[in-house]
Amino acid sequence: MNAQPIHFKPSEGFRERAKAVVDNPFLRQSFRGAMDFLMTKRAGQFPDPEELESLRTLGEQIRQYNLGKLPELLVRLEENLTRNGIQVHWAETPEEANAIILGICQKVGAKLMVKGKSMVSEEIELNHAAEAAGIGALESDMGEYIVQLAGEKPSHIIMPAIHKTKEEIATLFHEKVPGVDYTDNVDALIQIGRKVLREKFLEADIGLSGVNFAIAETGTLCLVENEGNGRMCTTTPPIHVAITGIEKIVEQLAHVPPLLSLLTRSATGQNISTYFNMISSPRKPGEKDGPEEVHLVLLDNGRSQAYADEQLRKTLQCIRCGACMNHCPVYTRIGGHAYGTTYPGPIGKIISPHMLGLEATSTMATASSLCGACGEVCPVKIPIPELLMRLREESFSAPHENPGMRGQGAGYNGLVSFIWRAWATVYRSPALYRLATWAGSRLSWLLPSSQGPWTTVRTPLKPAPKRLRDMLKERA
Amino acid sequence: MSARDRILAKLKAAPQLPKPEPDVAAWYASHRPVETTAEKVARFRKCIEFAHADVHPVTSATWLAKLREVLTERQIDKLLVAEGTPHGDAALDELPPQGIECSTYDMPIEAWKTEMFRATPASLTAARAAIAETGTLILWPDALEPRLMSLVPPVHIVLLDSAKLYNTFYEATQTEGWKDGLPTNALLISGPSKTADIQVTLAYGAHGPKELIVLLMGDEQ
Repeated sequence: MNAQPIHFKPSEGFRERAKAVVDNPFLRQSFRGAMDFLMTKRAGQFPDPEELESLRTLGEQIRQYNLGKLPELLVRLEENLTRNGIQVHWAETPEEANAIILGICQKVGAKLMVKGKSMVSEEIELNHAAEAAGIGALESDMGEYIVQLAGEKPSHIIMPAIHKTKEEIATLFHEKVPGVDYTDNVDALIQIGRKVLREKFLEADIGLSGVNFAIAETGTLCLVENEGNGRMCTTTPPIHVAITGIEKIVEQLAHVPPLLSLLTRSATGQNISTYFNMISSPRKPGEKDGPEEVHLVLLDNGRSQAYADEQLRKTLQCIRCGACMNHCPVYTRIGGHAYGTTYPGPIGKIISPHMLGLEATSTMATASSLCGACGEVCPVKIPIPELLMRLREESFSAPHENPGMRGQGAGYNGLVSFIWRAWATVYRSPALYRLATWAGSRLSWLLPSSQGPWTTVRTPLKPAPKRLRDMLKERA
Repeated sequence: MSARDRILAKLKAAPQLPKPEPDVAAWYASHRPVETTAEKVARFRKCIEFAHADVHPVTSATWLAKLREVLTERQIDKLLVAEGTPHGDAALDELPPQGIECSTYDMPIEAWKTEMFRATPASLTAARAAIAETGTLILWPDALEPRLMSLVPPVHIVLLDSAKLYNTFYEATQTEGWKDGLPTNALLISGPSKTADIQVTLAYGAHGPKELIVLLMGDEQ
């Protein structure tokens, strides 16, 4: 049972969803506890500020260097993967990506696909497309398995089931997994998942995975994980299909060690993940295991729009560690589901508008206090607060010709714009300003007691009865 | 126009913003120590033990006895070994007379997948090398020692020569010239399989081995 597909209008109902979480003390506690834990773990991995800073600078340089050569590197990656026997497919949209993957499944009459953790597969809603085509798509990462069993969506890109307590998971397993008694012992719960999923690894026709880094010079797909399900999905079934965004490419193998170190230390505070799995070809003659076919699907889905602009291109530096959400005061309070997008938190706010257009995401960039924590912890120095400001500008400025972004001006409001223009006029003219403040201080009784969103949590704004100017005059 | 051509055309139409090549070598030279073998052994042990692996120092004369001891302690009487490798052949010679059955990976997995998953309690592989900085084993599975040997059996025992310890992953890839010939699958393994997906509580034995045991071969111990 999969969650209902997101209908990609994240801006609609955002306030209501956020409020529901803020009003739920259990969810608040789950997120607060988990984020505190992850922040402490990360800090423990970077005891030396100089090392951290220089490694972040190196990470930023590596990502920017590779993005600078992106078209060339994609072609080189394709050449080298093809030479290694890995089949490369390109998809501009989620629909195209789903059609490619389901086409591979249908060619061999696949019934079951086991999935390693892949946010890009969430982005294209692969599970729904597979279900509609009569192909089972089973999540095998423990957190993803739990949210799929519950008919939900991941609430965090690294820890998908972070919003659930062990008691909820215990009840879920008891109700949904045949023959399982209620237990809230975490080890026992993991062993239940292991047992169920091992049978599925045996049975599966297709293994699906994401990609953390694709190395152009060697034609290699790299996967980072702790559980071993990623290795299962990429080794046990006869066919392995990997899917990735076009930006996750590095030119050289030498670029991988620093990024890997930044990724695992920033994400979960581990000096390295349990497994780092580097795949360069399907099973070769004489080898006794591994898939006979390996495919890579390269997905655009709006990334090329971000790429077209020098500032917005920095969005694509992301290595998906999740540190920005772990440190975000908004994410910690409203959790991952409230955003209504595949990618929540600060990274979600800056990447989703390219995938979904600003029509659907115009309010996302406003769900930020611009405290700057996300930019400060980003391992590849994405200036997230600057990008949030830029996206606000793109959303709320008057629509203009040749917009660089889909949905530019979607949040534009003529009345608000008029008020700001009037304000600017008044502030530029001393005479008008004096008149306005005089009127404001005398006519404050005219202001309504309900002043929109402001008064939902605050007392109404009322100008003081005397202006500063008046008070100074009295003292003189 | 294909999706490929459309994507590449969009990317090529974007402003060209070439950036200088990052100097990864200089960063490692200034930020990572070059240690002696003894220091590397100590660091490796500390890191991989922190990740819940067991490490047993052995020598070329004692490793088989330690292997037997490790298995006996766990009441395991069956071990998957790689026939044709020096360590696999040594285990095949020594262990069966001592009551430990040794099975071999002598046919493609399709022929015995169920047995691999349901009736293979432990395996023995070698590590190609290891990384001190993170407590990481490097495995390059091949036709003799295939990929699933280090993944499916609940107990994975690894033989590692302490002379093959690198300071960093970067050093390992550079010294061994990985970019000029990677195998089908290169693996870094830094402990038994684990997850913290339920309430950030760490649990071992998620999908891969529940136990990782390193027989660390060195002559100085």
